[in-house]
Amino acid sequence: MPTTNPHRRRQRRRDALVFVAFAGPNLLLIAAFIYFPLLSNVYYSTLNWRMGATTATSAGLDNYVRLFTSPQGVEMWRVTITFTVVTVVASMVLGLLVALALNHRIPGVTAGRTAIFSPYVLSGVGVGMVWNFIFDPQLGLLGHVLRAFGARSPEWYLDSDLALVMVMIVYIWKNLGFCAVVFLAGLQSIPSDLIEAARIDRAGAVRRFFKLTLPLLSPTVFFLTVTTILSSMQAFDILKIMTPSGNGTNTIVFELFLQGFGPYQNAGYAAAISVVLFVVLFAITAFQLRFVEKRVHYA
Amino acid sequence: MTSTHISDWRQAFSRRNLVATLLGGYLPILLAMAIIVLPLVWMAIASFKPAPEIITTQPTLWPLAPTLDNYRHVADTVPLLTVLRNSLIVTIVGSAIKVVLAITTAYALVFVDFRFKSVVFIAVLVALMVPPEAALLPNYMTISALGGRNTLWGIILPGLGTAFGTFLLRQQFKTLPKDLLEAAKLDGAGHLKRLWRIVAPVSAPTIATVALVTIVGEWNNFMWPLIITDSVDMMTLPVGLNLLQSIEGQTGSYGYLMAGAVLVILPVLIVFAALQRFIVSGLTQGAVK
Repeated sequence: MPTTNPHRRRQRRRDALVFVAFAGPNLLLIAAFIYFPLLSNVYYSTLNWRMGATTATSAGLDNYVRLFTSPQGVEMWRVTITFTVVTVVASMVLGLLVALALNHRIPGVTAGRTAIFSPYVLSGVGVGMVWNFIFDPQLGLLGHVLRAFGARSPEWYLDSDLALVMVMIVYIWKNLGFCAVVFLAGLQSIPSDLIEAARIDRAGAVRRFFKLTLPLLSPTVFFLTVTTILSSMQAFDILKIMTPSGNGTNTIVFELFLQGFGPYQNAGYAAAISVVLFVVLFAITAFQLRFVEKRVHYA
Repeated sequence: MTSTHISDWRQAFSRRNLVATLLGGYLPILLAMAIIVLPLVWMAIASFKPAPEIITTQPTLWPLAPTLDNYRHVADTVPLLTVLRNSLIVTIVGSAIKVVLAITTAYALVFVDFRFKSVVFIAVLVALMVPPEAALLPNYMTISALGGRNTLWGIILPGLGTAFGTFLLRQQFKTLPKDLLEAAKLDGAGHLKRLWRIVAPVSAPTIATVALVTIVGEWNNFMWPLIITDSVDMMTLPVGLNLLQSIEGQTGSYGYLMAGAVLVILPVLIVFAALQRFIVSGLTQGAVK
């Protein structure tokens, strides 16, 4: 409603100025380095353009066609989906098991929780270097242990399937603690008298878990599924350090890097990957937000 | 949470609960801890081992002849002090600006009257959903055009716009009682004074959370600095270590590499051990977009 009171109008103008002064710089940065890139990527993705070249020719939708039909593109999707599904399922299952153990009221459990969470905050570069040493077939700890049992170390770095298994193990090692801590918070929000009642009804531990605990954890399961899918699809540091130029480990973000900034220098193709990456991850997040919104409203 | 009551001890080790405590609690926890801690311990020990104790089929747990040579060698291969200094500057300057911007933006979104506030908030929310990797290529073009390759400001600038901190702080500011600020307003305090004298101090734990999560993120950040620097004098620590590995990788000189890994991992481990309460809450809530 427009006001004629000059004092109120002056006040409103002053507030608008304060708003711009307080929020303006951040919004400008977000516009320049988050929103603007989304648009320019769409344009770049229609170009046949080498990184660093000053000229480019139009490619129409060729880059997108390549991304979904060329052997290289199909391979990228295979690796991305394998990596994402395996790491998401494994870190959630193992994380839940660890959370169930941490959910006992026993002395020292807080120290355990801290230790198990810690890899999540460490540099992926540092973690990758540590595990490169452990997986080294000749000099690594794993090889020593296997030889002690009379076995031989697999050639983790030569076989591309094994290389993918290796980076997935390290990724799960780094992210498992995050799932465990989120699951633990979920477990602790379950009213204990509910579990106690089931115990009095002589429901066995396994039955109690599947009929009571797991259904009550379903919001946590949903939340973790979405967030771990998002982070697995953005994996990069460990992949780059353990398999520097890709070795059956080219997930979408790693391929984006290799295509744009690595040996290929295909900037147009890298831009097309960026656009698709954005669309996929945005859709997953939007889906989650909608769902959470609904739950909040009707709970 | 850290203090354990005597009653907990008694209950955990009572005859009824003993089996559950040991088999369901301690055994899996210790197993998980061993798997998590062992690689890090192995890294730390190897960083003090001379080469012959690493290139062997019969490694010992403790170094027989502990040495600092690995650290010295790292310092000779990459200009360690320069790289460390770059990492510190990027982390401190980048985090400080990001936290201040997050505080002022969140304050404006909650306490300043503005007609298009909801539009602005949605713009921040959507920015939160954009994976930073998707902006890599255009940001590389922008920063290169501005002459920011191989500069510290070129590393810092594109990451400064902050949606995560703004979002988390907005949630916190919204829980503050309105009369707290009304009283200050009647006393004639302007917005800046209200922010720094009232809102910021009472929100200190949330601000600490945002700051710590930001600091850890900046310190570990790898992909952008890797792309925007190729001169070793401007690299941050993770990028320098990537270079170290490509120089040393083939020769099995793991002592050097573990010394490098210690340098990037240990500071974060110490900060995490001391302030884990803030970091864990920030990372687990922050994920709740």
